[in-house]
Amino acid sequence: MSTQTTDETQPSVARLREAIALPERPPRPSALSMTLTFGWRALLKIKHVPEQLFDVLVSPVIFTLMFTYLFGGALAGSTQAYIQFLLPGILVQTIVIVTVYTGYTLNTDITKGVFDRFRSLPLWRPAPIVGALLGDTVRYSIASVMCIGLGLILGFRPDGGVVGVVLGVLLLLVFAFSLSWIFTILGLLLRTPNAVMGVSMMVLMPLTFASNIFVDPSTMPSGLQRFVEINPVSHLVTAVRGLMAGQADAGEITWVLVASVVLTAVFGPITMRLYRTRR
Amino acid sequence: MSDLSPPLAVEASGLVKHFTSGKRTTKAVDGVDLAIPEGSVFGLLGPNGAGKTTIVRMLATLLAPDAGTARVLGHDVVREADAVRTAVGLTGQYASVDEDLTGVENLLMLARLFGFRGAAARRRVDGLLEAFGLTDAGGRQVKTYSGGMRRRIDLAASLVLAPRVLFLDEPTTGLDPRSRNQVWDIVRVLVEDGATVLLTTQYLEEADQLADQIAVIDHGTVIAQGTSSELKRSVGQGAVHLRVARPTDRARAAEITERLLGEVTLASDPHALSARVPDDGGAAVARLLPALHEAGVEVPEMSLGQPSLDEVFLALTGRPAEEDEPRDGTGGTGGSDDGAAGTDAGRRRATTTGTEEVAR
Repeated sequence: MSTQTTDETQPSVARLREAIALPERPPRPSALSMTLTFGWRALLKIKHVPEQLFDVLVSPVIFTLMFTYLFGGALAGSTQAYIQFLLPGILVQTIVIVTVYTGYTLNTDITKGVFDRFRSLPLWRPAPIVGALLGDTVRYSIASVMCIGLGLILGFRPDGGVVGVVLGVLLLLVFAFSLSWIFTILGLLLRTPNAVMGVSMMVLMPLTFASNIFVDPSTMPSGLQRFVEINPVSHLVTAVRGLMAGQADAGEITWVLVASVVLTAVFGPITMRLYRTRR
Repeated sequence: MSDLSPPLAVEASGLVKHFTSGKRTTKAVDGVDLAIPEGSVFGLLGPNGAGKTTIVRMLATLLAPDAGTARVLGHDVVREADAVRTAVGLTGQYASVDEDLTGVENLLMLARLFGFRGAAARRRVDGLLEAFGLTDAGGRQVKTYSGGMRRRIDLAASLVLAPRVLFLDEPTTGLDPRSRNQVWDIVRVLVEDGATVLLTTQYLEEADQLADQIAVIDHGTVIAQGTSSELKRSVGQGAVHLRVARPTDRARAAEITERLLGEVTLASDPHALSARVPDDGGAAVARLLPALHEAGVEVPEMSLGQPSLDEVFLALTGRPAEEDEPRDGTGGTGGSDDGAAGTDAGRRRATTTGTEEVAR
């Protein structure tokens, strides 16, 4: 406050008057246009706060390197064989964890007061949240590209080719968009951004580890096997793995798509209700 | 409503909002009526936790009242929320710009949300930035702004659509005097141009400076309402403060003053004394100085002052304005009367007028 810069000049009354005057109000924009504006905002956040993305990418890089070189030989006979199995799983784990940031960002908006500014505007109500989710999809895509890029360097050679990999990523993005609705709810309910982070990780850690991401579940105790079988992450991993390996599993893909629709249909409306009535 | 009175920009009746946390229910707002004519500045004055922010949040459609109704420019805040949102601008603790984005990006986003497109959006934003002295800072992230710049970008953000009613929730809290004066100037321009402003403040001076009408809020209810002068008159005409040249003359000065005005208070300073001016005491005050002169009492200093709003608050509530709940908390939930933590800073600010500027 003590640093006086040139831009701390006194606003002149005439200029102020001229700037505020509005001869005619522009027409109210469409719901789509509002949503895209919020998507643009999410992209700006990625531009200004890229650290968020890198924070999340550190752990998959470490996991990929560690599991491939430490356990790959023992688990799959060779590191080369193991990375073909591991990488789609690591990709799923990465994106599923990145979805937490949707809730984190929303909660930050609430604690900083940005959220109330949006709520006080004449908007199509879901626009701020749907727009943020669309913007986050770009975040998921960037994370996917980086994860697959690392895999290619380490020797990941998917049989499904470019088409298989792209379809795998698209399926993952659809699921991530739907899963984000759970985190928007946490973002609206919990008090601080760090609480959102903590609670979300507590849920996601068991879901991603007690799955078929790292190893084939056939060697697990039977109780754990049953959990892995019903774990949605396992279905997602099997579906993505199949697409990338050129052996698409229609059953698993359908399961994932149905799960996505159900997640959105259940948690989307709950989010909007919380959004409208919060405090 | 008679033809003579201007239409009301804001009218509220019986507004109630209770917050429950655990078993405790806080009556944040407990039956508030407001009638704010278009084109005026209305001040909600009260200590932290009095319920000011909660009232604003209800009027700005952010919070649904538990009971009562409120209309902004004739639109019900619950049933016609979107119409209210179109006409209203909001700035305050709870409606902020995004610190991660630049000033330009923040305003551009709002302009687009309001339907400005392409070059028109950019023109609107550039005009506002220039008028608020933020052109050079426009490309920087808002988190790098100083307190005063930050408040100006917040204000600019609420003016993108030239709202007819503006809610300013503690617009100058935490600002240095210079930045505070800038905010006051902006408010005056807006009102001259026909906008209606509802501002909340815990600074008595701010309400005094800006507001045409003041409602004093305490524990969620309006405990007094009127113009600044009316509120001051309600606690008497004010006081006469004298300073005699020689302490030995004070007793005689006190005797003369008491004869003309009534009860005299002797200050700890042996030169000083003061007396409350009775309601019809104008003539007596005029006779005071000649009388002292005749008696040979030399009086180098004499001042006649209206009571401060601090005194008004004390008279209305029996306690000073700032010795109440320490924080407005989440939406004015306030809570218990647990001490006066952090009130010293508030009082210092409330009583500092121009002096800090000299010090800087």
